[in-house]
Amino acid sequence: MKLLKLVPDNTNIRFLRWRLPFYIMSAILIAASWGMVLTKGLNLGVDFVGGQMIRVTFQNTAAAPVAELRETVGRLGYGEPIIQQFGKPNEVSIRMKLPEGSAQNADLADQMARKITAAIKVDHADARIDGVDSVSGKVSGELFKTGMQALLAAMAAISIYIWVRFEWQFGVGAMFSLIHDVSLTLGMFAITQMEFDLNIVAALLTLIGYSLNDTIVVYDRIRENMKKFRRMPMPELLDLSVNETLSRTLVTSLSVLITLVSLLLFGPNVIFGFTAAITLGIFVGTYSSVYMAAPILIWLKVNPTSFVPTETDLERQERLTREGA
Amino acid sequence: MLDFPRWKQLWLWSITLLACLAALPSLLSVGGVNLPAGLPSPKINLGLDLAGGSHILLEANPEQVKRQRLETMEEDVRARMRQADPAIRIGDISTKDGTVSFIVADPGQVDAAREQLQTLTSGAQLTGQRDWDLQVLDGNRVVLRPTQAGIDLAISQAMDTATEVVRKRIDALGTREPTIIRQGAQRIVVQVPGLKDPAALKNLLGQTAKLEFKMVDSLALPSDVAQGIAPPGSEIVPLEAAPGSTQPAGAIAVKRLGGIKGDRLTNAQQSFDQQTNEPVVTITFDQQGGAKFAKLTTDNVGKPFAIILDGKVLSSPVINEPIIGGTARISGSFTIESANQLAIALRSGALPVDLKVVEERSVGPDLGADSIAKGMIAFGVGTVALMLFMLVTYGRFGFYTNAALILNTLMILGIMAIMNTTLTLPGIAGFVLTIGAAVDANVLINERIREERTRGRRVVNAVEMGYTEASRAIFDANITNVIAATLMFVFGSGPVRGFAVVLMIGIATSVFTAVTLTRMWVAGWLRRARPSELVL
Repeated sequence: MKLLKLVPDNTNIRFLRWRLPFYIMSAILIAASWGMVLTKGLNLGVDFVGGQMIRVTFQNTAAAPVAELRETVGRLGYGEPIIQQFGKPNEVSIRMKLPEGSAQNADLADQMARKITAAIKVDHADARIDGVDSVSGKVSGELFKTGMQALLAAMAAISIYIWVRFEWQFGVGAMFSLIHDVSLTLGMFAITQMEFDLNIVAALLTLIGYSLNDTIVVYDRIRENMKKFRRMPMPELLDLSVNETLSRTLVTSLSVLITLVSLLLFGPNVIFGFTAAITLGIFVGTYSSVYMAAPILIWLKVNPTSFVPTETDLERQERLTREGA
Repeated sequence: MLDFPRWKQLWLWSITLLACLAALPSLLSVGGVNLPAGLPSPKINLGLDLAGGSHILLEANPEQVKRQRLETMEEDVRARMRQADPAIRIGDISTKDGTVSFIVADPGQVDAAREQLQTLTSGAQLTGQRDWDLQVLDGNRVVLRPTQAGIDLAISQAMDTATEVVRKRIDALGTREPTIIRQGAQRIVVQVPGLKDPAALKNLLGQTAKLEFKMVDSLALPSDVAQGIAPPGSEIVPLEAAPGSTQPAGAIAVKRLGGIKGDRLTNAQQSFDQQTNEPVVTITFDQQGGAKFAKLTTDNVGKPFAIILDGKVLSSPVINEPIIGGTARISGSFTIESANQLAIALRSGALPVDLKVVEERSVGPDLGADSIAKGMIAFGVGTVALMLFMLVTYGRFGFYTNAALILNTLMILGIMAIMNTTLTLPGIAGFVLTIGAAVDANVLINERIREERTRGRRVVNAVEMGYTEASRAIFDANITNVIAATLMFVFGSGPVRGFAVVLMIGIATSVFTAVTLTRMWVAGWLRRARPSELVL
């Protein structure tokens, strides 16, 4: 039986030769992502800005009549709705600001939801109301704050963990690749204007955990090789480590992608944005573990002596025989 | 590494089987089969976003608790000073700036007053924390300032009571399996699955149901009342607006003191007024409450008194005769429905603090069923594709990987059922994702074994090295995932937490199945077949 090999044995691709252009590209991408986030802005959902969101599925219509809905809802006098399709074209979310005074009287928000759903049902018998979310400004502000706290705390905690397990340079490398991954994903949300809600924060947290898996595998191999080949120059050693783990990096990324793509194609529409965020994250995470996390070690001047300062006689003997051979 | 004695194998298999067995009831119930009653059948709960229902976040206003505490203190101080022997005359009592302050008429009695206040100001807690700080200014002005510990305790107690009251009210609605949890210092989360009309529930929860009976100050000038000016010793209370009207209904002046609270009730029922046939609420006092009410009505025959609910006057009937039976009828502009709601609210007791809805999410029942169906399809397609990929990439080792994957799936479900966790919509995604990530460890191991073989190690040696060397990276990688999932759980809410729980369970089981179980299988195969070559 012949098995599939995505990567031939003993590849020797000199990834790090192109590190400078790739670094410049990464820097441009990160800057561009933040530029998009700051100029175009994220399409924040009611979780983060407060308001009311009504989700409607049109069961017998191929595509939801967005323009018509906008007019129907707009006519009720509650202001302009934000109407967006998500997942499938026949599912929409209708977002409204909460009516004046609803902070004191929650009934007003209820009345608005009832009027809107009634108005939609008059025109469209096949409309199915899937859910109504009302979030007050106070709660949404807190949700946004805790969401951001969670993201920053996760990035910091993971970087610190890497620092403790490896060396400080590795921690910094991990942090930069996390910033890279999160920035690019945020950039995608700014460009596509997909709704950014609590679930997306959960997706970003997941992404932070998973995108670092590849980085850790590469780092682990770098550490191992640094013990083995003490006199090898860093760029070469990094290239060797990346090449040795290349097959693994590709296979694991591919296996996660298989399940993610199946979720994107067949999974519940409500979590389309969530899955999309993680999918993109896996791509940029794989790239960043090769081109962000590894080369940064050269600039931070990691060398074999900064690592594993103590070597027992036995290890020394072993190393000498290995290097001799 | 590859040594698995019989007892260890037995042990590993029994853990696996037990966890898988726990998944059985949940799996069967999806297929519409229920286990006979009596058998333990742990099941995975469906979150609101899958089962449909309402999630309501209520927030209390701590300022209100503080204010009420000051008012109670004022009354207590008056009572204590009156009851003291000899009585201590006080004056200029006020509850301004968050303190209770008053003047002791005879400066010589300040120490006696201090003595009397001793039990009121020292905390009920055994910690020695005081509830109030007592200060004497200018020789005879006593100032009582609540301590932070006392305020925190009062708010916490108020929230406990409020949670209990909310539970009673929801139970009275007859909804099934509501979840009512306190969240943080001043919030309560209410989750009711399968609820069709959250409006009724919210109305019921929004009602504080604080009932008071106070005498009407008939000497107050209507012109003063209209301007909101109350005569000394009285206060202005607005009238409850008639249903449907948006006009303010005016106000009346009532005496601040001498009224009674309607909190000592044994029952409250919706009924009808025999003469007008309008809906009313009949309340029954307990013995003490009944006695107080009898005294109030006996002392004030022929005078009007105000029935005040949540700071609004429902009605102000004239007391025709003493009411000594312990039951009374509350009239107002009720509909049958609103009278019934008030009865439920009164029966379950007043909320010690107003609750406001600050977040509400409701999900229709169809969406959830839809999501589960789609989630299962996505899971099926993803898993089959992934297993094929593993099989063509790693052959025999891919087969072990796949077996571990199947057991992993069952174990996640089983542990979720045992822990009684809730499966949410993002949780489904977490589940599918975990499957994709679970093979990570196997890929790492298999690739390493491949590598060691190409370097020329013997089969057994290569396998052993594969597992040892890969474990380090597997460990580190999973720790980072645990960190992310933990933070998600700590900071997240509702559905996101459900996702975090699935991730964490998945991380634990995947390490078990992907590393420990496959190692056991590979070791068994190596012992039996003693291969000299690996197809990998």
